[in-house]
Amino acid sequence: MSEKTMIEAIRECLTQEMQEDSRVVVIGEDVGVLGGVFRATDGLQAKFGKDRVVDMPLAEGVIVGSGIGLAISGLRPVIELQFLGFGHQAFHQIGQQVARLRYRSQGRHSLPLVIRSPFGGGVRTPELHSDAFEAFYTHTPGLKVVAPATAYDAKGLLAEAMACDDPVLFLEPLKGYRLTKDEVPDERYRVPLGKLRIAQVGTDVTLIAWSAAVNVAQRAADELAAQGISVEVLDLRSLNPLDIPGIKESVSKTGRVAILHEAPLTGGFGSELVATIQQECFYDLQCPIIRISSPDTPYPLGGVEDLYIPDVDRVVSEVGALARTSA
Amino acid sequence: MPMLVGAWNSAHMSISRFLPDFAPIAPFSRLSESGILDSGSAPMSDAAVIEALRYMVLTRVFDDKATSMQRQGRFGTFSSVRGQEASVVGAATALDPKRDWIVPQYREFPALIRHGYPMENFALYFMGNPKGGTIPPEVNMLPMQISLAAQIPQATGLAWGLKMQGGEGVVITFFGDGASSEGDFHESLNLAGIVKAPVIFFLQNNGWAISTPRESQTAARSFAERAIGYGVEGVIVDGNDLLAVHEVTASAVAKARAGGGPTLIESVTYRTGAHNTADDPSKYIDQQELEKWQQKDPVVRIENYLRSKGIWNEELAKEMHDSCAEQVDAAMNIARNTPLATSDALFDHVYAEPPQRMLDQQADWAKRNGGVL
Repeated sequence: MSEKTMIEAIRECLTQEMQEDSRVVVIGEDVGVLGGVFRATDGLQAKFGKDRVVDMPLAEGVIVGSGIGLAISGLRPVIELQFLGFGHQAFHQIGQQVARLRYRSQGRHSLPLVIRSPFGGGVRTPELHSDAFEAFYTHTPGLKVVAPATAYDAKGLLAEAMACDDPVLFLEPLKGYRLTKDEVPDERYRVPLGKLRIAQVGTDVTLIAWSAAVNVAQRAADELAAQGISVEVLDLRSLNPLDIPGIKESVSKTGRVAILHEAPLTGGFGSELVATIQQECFYDLQCPIIRISSPDTPYPLGGVEDLYIPDVDRVVSEVGALARTSA
Repeated sequence: MPMLVGAWNSAHMSISRFLPDFAPIAPFSRLSESGILDSGSAPMSDAAVIEALRYMVLTRVFDDKATSMQRQGRFGTFSSVRGQEASVVGAATALDPKRDWIVPQYREFPALIRHGYPMENFALYFMGNPKGGTIPPEVNMLPMQISLAAQIPQATGLAWGLKMQGGEGVVITFFGDGASSEGDFHESLNLAGIVKAPVIFFLQNNGWAISTPRESQTAARSFAERAIGYGVEGVIVDGNDLLAVHEVTASAVAKARAGGGPTLIESVTYRTGAHNTADDPSKYIDQQELEKWQQKDPVVRIENYLRSKGIWNEELAKEMHDSCAEQVDAAMNIARNTPLATSDALFDHVYAEPPQRMLDQQADWAKRNGGVL
């Protein structure tokens, strides 16, 4: 056990799982000699060779599409999509092919395939690198969507995703790669999909987040605690499968819910949560559920992204107001 | 091939250009239009030709039956192979079903049947029953592909993966002239060239993408020559000549198996039927051109070849037709007598490990109408 950044935890997971299972191959843009633009695969090619860690031509469609073929051939590919913003170039392969092949072949072809992709903003990237597009993929039956917030979870959830016979989109917070640092066991372990993590226990408001937003939620909860408001922060960990019992348990306790995400408001995964919670927990609710999100506008250039993504001050102000709303 | 490659030559202030206006290459063929073999030796034994002809006749019988059932409301929208039987069968007979894979589009009925896909499953698929998608575990194929060209990257990855694991399998993927305009086609040829994947890109140039003529797909003189740009070998073959298609594909398979990498085969043929049962080609097709191609019927051509060898006659043809009709009727009967799917057909096989939420929905759906759709 030692303190590791999320990127180190991911790299350690890939290294250990590749060592354990010779069927695992890593493909993607710049994953070889460079070790990926964020170094998630640093050193893997030197360790496992060019056949198992492959620098692919710059074409997301065939990176994902050929990954399907690799999986059918008996391998367990881990695909790195350099940024989720480029995932649209492969969207037809992910949405219609990856997610459906098992169903379309009536179970003949499982796809034990993981697509890892950094997403979200806050690090001043060039345009089109920072969108939080997770809702496109949660609306895709057949595809599991995982979004860890801590280094510990990143390692354990990635190991679980790689062991899973269903395709998994594994979303990694761009901003959390080096910022997130926590105690991570050196040995292999798994964190199950579909079990949320209570990042902070509280009694007044349930604040639901995933990925990089969990950190914002926790910092806001700390400030709100100083104001005498006790916030329970839920880190969903995976969006599909979704831990509905875990959400119900918290909401039945607090009766007040705020959902925080980086994606734009309309059609964001927060909408799904609001609908689910009002259906499952209607009589526990003391006031309307609020969503704290980006506006319904395109992700802006880096110079103004702090105005776009919900920050701690905004969460403190909106969740504080929610806590004070009378029943 | 004409010389295309040159270099900037500053001394002469000239720019070498990559000109597209070289003379088109005649497709490789072995049989004359009247079915006479050229002076070389036949690439298939007589028995193999007769077996291939049977798949061609079987296809015609199936297409007629399925189309007539569709008209009576007993079969879904369906694309026949008509006119392309030699193209599909010539390619398929070059494969070893035990180790080679087919990654189909949806107009390759005889290739799938020869590879072991049950005919009743093919029928069930077009009757709208998800059970039709069932591929027996020993049959090396992917499901039919409706999103055109999406299968091409998958075939490339599959071939690459087989090679990585030291296998001897070769993958063939089928698609048309229209699908070759998709990015997936180009991205796949590019990758296959780089990793030397044992894959055969079998492009059936049948003249049409629904109503869009081949000329509107590309300004290139041929589809085969696009291979050059990806460092891949391209071949153009007369798709209505069973022997030529078989020979070209067999040589591409042998090359791929020996580690020689991918081949793009352009099989020049013609869709003499409609795009599918919902299509009305009279709105766009040139009647004279259609008649010209009908004269080149691939079944007649290979029958003439067998006649020229003195081993074919009307009686044998009728016997073959009748046995094919029996086989098709039997498959259609199995399909028709297969119970309708229950609501579980919406949920089964979506996940290996289903999320609870979907399982709850599955239980709800099963409760309604007893789960019968």
